[in-house]
Amino acid sequence: MKKIVDFFISLKLTVVLLAFAIVLVFVGTLAQADEGLYGAQAHYFKQWIVIGAHIFGHEIPLILPGGYLIGTLLLVNLVCTHIYRFQFTWKKLGIQIAHAGIIVLLVGQLSTDLLSRELQMHFTEGETRNYSDSSTDFELIFVAGDQVISIPYKLLKPGQEVETAALPFAIRVKARWHNSDVNFRAPMLAKAPALTTNGIAANFDFKRAEDIKTTDQRNIPSVVIELLTPTNSLGTWVASVWAGDPALVDTVRSSYAQSVGMGMAQTIASQLAAPQTVTVGGKQYSFTMRPMRIYHPFSLTLLKATHTVYPGTITPTDPEGIPKDFRSRVRIDNPQTGEKREVEISMNHPLRYGGFTFYQYQMDAGQLTRQAGRAASSVLSVVRNPSWLTPYVGCTMVGVGMVIQFVYHLIRFITKRQTKNT
Amino acid sequence: MAVWFLGNLQPAKDKNFDFNEFGQLPAIDKGRIVPLDTIARNSLLLIREKQTLNTEPWKSWNGHPRIISATEWMANLMMNPTVADAWPVFRIDNPDLISLLKLPEKDTAKQSDGKHYSWNQIQPVLSVFDKENSRIRAIEPSHRTAYENSVSKLEQNLFVYVQLKNTVQPGDASDWPAELGDFEALIPAGVAAAEAQQAGKLFNQTNFAAFAGYVQEFQYMANLEPPLIVPPNGKQDWRRMGDALLAAPHGTPIDNAMRDYANMAGALAGNKPDAFNAALNDLRSRLISQQTKAMAKARAEVFFNQMEPFYNAMVIYVLAGLLAFFSWFNLSELLRRSSVWLIWLAFAIHTVGLVYRMVLEGRPPVTNLYSSAIFIGWGVVLLGLILEHLYKNGIGGVAASVIGFITLIIAHHLALEGDTMEMMRAVLDSNFWLTIHVVTVTIGYVGTFLSGFLGLIYILRGLFTKTLDAATGKALGRMIYGVVCFATLFSFIGTVTGGIWADQSWGRFWGWDPKENGALIIVLWNALILHLRWGGHIRERGLALCAVGGNIVTGWSWFGVNMLGIGLHSYGFTQAAFFWLMLFAVSQFVFIALGSLPMKLWRSFQTPPASEIPPTDQSLV
Repeated sequence: MKKIVDFFISLKLTVVLLAFAIVLVFVGTLAQADEGLYGAQAHYFKQWIVIGAHIFGHEIPLILPGGYLIGTLLLVNLVCTHIYRFQFTWKKLGIQIAHAGIIVLLVGQLSTDLLSRELQMHFTEGETRNYSDSSTDFELIFVAGDQVISIPYKLLKPGQEVETAALPFAIRVKARWHNSDVNFRAPMLAKAPALTTNGIAANFDFKRAEDIKTTDQRNIPSVVIELLTPTNSLGTWVASVWAGDPALVDTVRSSYAQSVGMGMAQTIASQLAAPQTVTVGGKQYSFTMRPMRIYHPFSLTLLKATHTVYPGTITPTDPEGIPKDFRSRVRIDNPQTGEKREVEISMNHPLRYGGFTFYQYQMDAGQLTRQAGRAASSVLSVVRNPSWLTPYVGCTMVGVGMVIQFVYHLIRFITKRQTKNT
Repeated sequence: MAVWFLGNLQPAKDKNFDFNEFGQLPAIDKGRIVPLDTIARNSLLLIREKQTLNTEPWKSWNGHPRIISATEWMANLMMNPTVADAWPVFRIDNPDLISLLKLPEKDTAKQSDGKHYSWNQIQPVLSVFDKENSRIRAIEPSHRTAYENSVSKLEQNLFVYVQLKNTVQPGDASDWPAELGDFEALIPAGVAAAEAQQAGKLFNQTNFAAFAGYVQEFQYMANLEPPLIVPPNGKQDWRRMGDALLAAPHGTPIDNAMRDYANMAGALAGNKPDAFNAALNDLRSRLISQQTKAMAKARAEVFFNQMEPFYNAMVIYVLAGLLAFFSWFNLSELLRRSSVWLIWLAFAIHTVGLVYRMVLEGRPPVTNLYSSAIFIGWGVVLLGLILEHLYKNGIGGVAASVIGFITLIIAHHLALEGDTMEMMRAVLDSNFWLTIHVVTVTIGYVGTFLSGFLGLIYILRGLFTKTLDAATGKALGRMIYGVVCFATLFSFIGTVTGGIWADQSWGRFWGWDPKENGALIIVLWNALILHLRWGGHIRERGLALCAVGGNIVTGWSWFGVNMLGIGLHSYGFTQAAFFWLMLFAVSQFVFIALGSLPMKLWRSFQTPPASEIPPTDQSLV
């Protein structure tokens, strides 16, 4: 036992862990060029043991402790040292506060990792939302009347059948693509036969795409499903977030508007968003796939989206200009508390409300938007992070601790010199 | 020396054309109010890598070549291009490009220095250049050879040149005031002809063709997106001259400012200084009453440009560094003292420049890579001076002046990329966070670089000279330790506040972005050094070696992560910067290797230094 304790309170362990942390962060940063930010995070930082690395197109055989392992060991090391070595002296006060601050930071990050959720809220001016969309989770939904049956994307495993009591049919997953592309099947140009002739797949080609590596894009999944009643098959369909997320339908519309003109693009977009339905036992089910919705007990209405740019920076070569400010004026309606008030959300000034924080994320409200006749819209990033305060507390503690230690030594240094000089 | 610096501040008044006043006129470029002087200097820096123009570069310095200011050059380019087009302003270094364009080599008789060429020399071979350029455009910037890079650099420079040429008048105008008058007189008839043509009725062919010619010309001017020089007037905000001219037929008449510019152009082309100054004065007096703030800002910035504080400080740092360095060898207190005074002088000038920039921009000291270099230099010099004050051994002085000099050189090269006071994009537009995060993290860089440099002094001085006695060695060890503590504090706070800023603006505290990771590595590295020291794993020499490692880590975080081309802080890849960074990292590794040579090879410390005996106090110091 003594040996174990000695191991965990040793300075050597700290030193070794710090050294490994430096190597890990360095490798994990270089690897981002190859593996992408998310890939590298999962491979190096949110990981216990790292095996192999990709750097500048080379496969490097190595084994490293991952971020979780280093973090946990550092935490144990720190906590044990605190318990076993704690003694109150002025000389060590600063160091102790600083290390306690590091503990707060590490614990805070761990809990953020486990508990935080990142969502988004898209709306155009005048629209009201009482839910946020997940940017990483998706759901297949079946709507019958006012009944909504949601099947999380995670449950749709390729080759398997999903059954639920709420639906009179089973869903067989024939294919599932984490990221996919959509293309309009121009009647003259279509080479390969359609995946299926039901619903949107008759007019659109869906195919698998490489997973996204950058932070400013996201995966857009699609699934190929067959709906089966106990007696027969209702057919094969494609359900895709391309069709179920209005923001993406808009993207498709504007990209086609450039090549085939607005009128045709409008038709393409409405075909993509057209509801797909099956009727079983006299009941009609319409279905699509969309980002997972998380409902709030309150709603936000976008009153005005403002996008200002620096004067003279909008030019034919840079139609966006240099952005100066984005801000969204929203109204909070909370039936539970009777609240009805307006707030402004802008860059660096988020709204913290109801356990969530709403950040100004993207905006489509510039001169281009108005010229194209689109309604101004805004995207808020919605984050739930119960431990958001820990960095503030931890940073203050470490700062204060180090300053105390610094000042203590400075005073000693100066008094020493003075006694030496006299 | 202070007198020399102050003497430089007030430029000689122009005897005939008042180009100095011309340079103080405000305009809008890249979203901010700038004096024409700044546009001129930045453009000339881009094109010629100097802030002045030598119109006779083939003459040696004692042949007294004619050197003119950036403003005089730009005034001529904008308003008297027949003269400006003959000046050798394009700097071309690449021999392949020079021979491709069949440009003359160095030949004094033919008035060529083999490096600087005029528009008139390049213009006839533009078709050859275009062909080559369109091939190179398809190649990714990071895959281009030195020759290909020089082609695309020249393209960029030619574009800036043409842009400036079309700022005040159409680039090919020969008598602009007269042409402007003709255009104005033609407007009613021209509009009538154009409307008739549109409506499919009979129209006056001559009027229509002449009018369409003007419109096409002005459209071309506007499309080049030159700076906005026409000041606000009534409902109109700042405008480009081309746009203002195009608006004339639509009921926004040609205003006095436009006429003033035209009159200046006419006077300059006709070599009539009095008429030029009169038109300039007319414009100025109107701007002073209507655009008081913009005028004041432009004036202040011109003063700053002429002061060249960073250049002057750089020169003094070199001198001071040499004095401090020699003071190590003959141990002359006089040399050391004079070096300290010189560093204080340079530091004062450096500080004036830094503060002046902050006031001009209304921003904290660090807003981009350029200003981070200026600020790192400033911080290191301040810390170095404090160390010198405490230890009085010439070490702080050498560190201060050498790093001061190097960072200002780096800043000078970063300034070649363009405007250094560009506007902040929306996310960054927060003085509070820029101060709390960016400045703090930069102070962390300051500490790490200083400790690394002290480590270098320890290694090089100990290994190659006999001047490092036990006492000095110990003092150096203490300096390094103290500075590492300082660096740990600031890099830690800077890194975490960066996270807090990210949390405030995106809702995530830590995203493993390369720049964040770079800062984290600095924190970890410093923490590692401290823990190694506390555990007694390293002593004086180990501390020095580790501190040099800190240089690599900081260099990587400052520039390296930007070169990965990913993440929020990516500024693009420059091959030259990559080369220098690699050279820097390799050199630091070499120094660490040198420092690891066995002690018997060191020329200093041949009697064992006191501190190599294990310290009695094993605790935290």
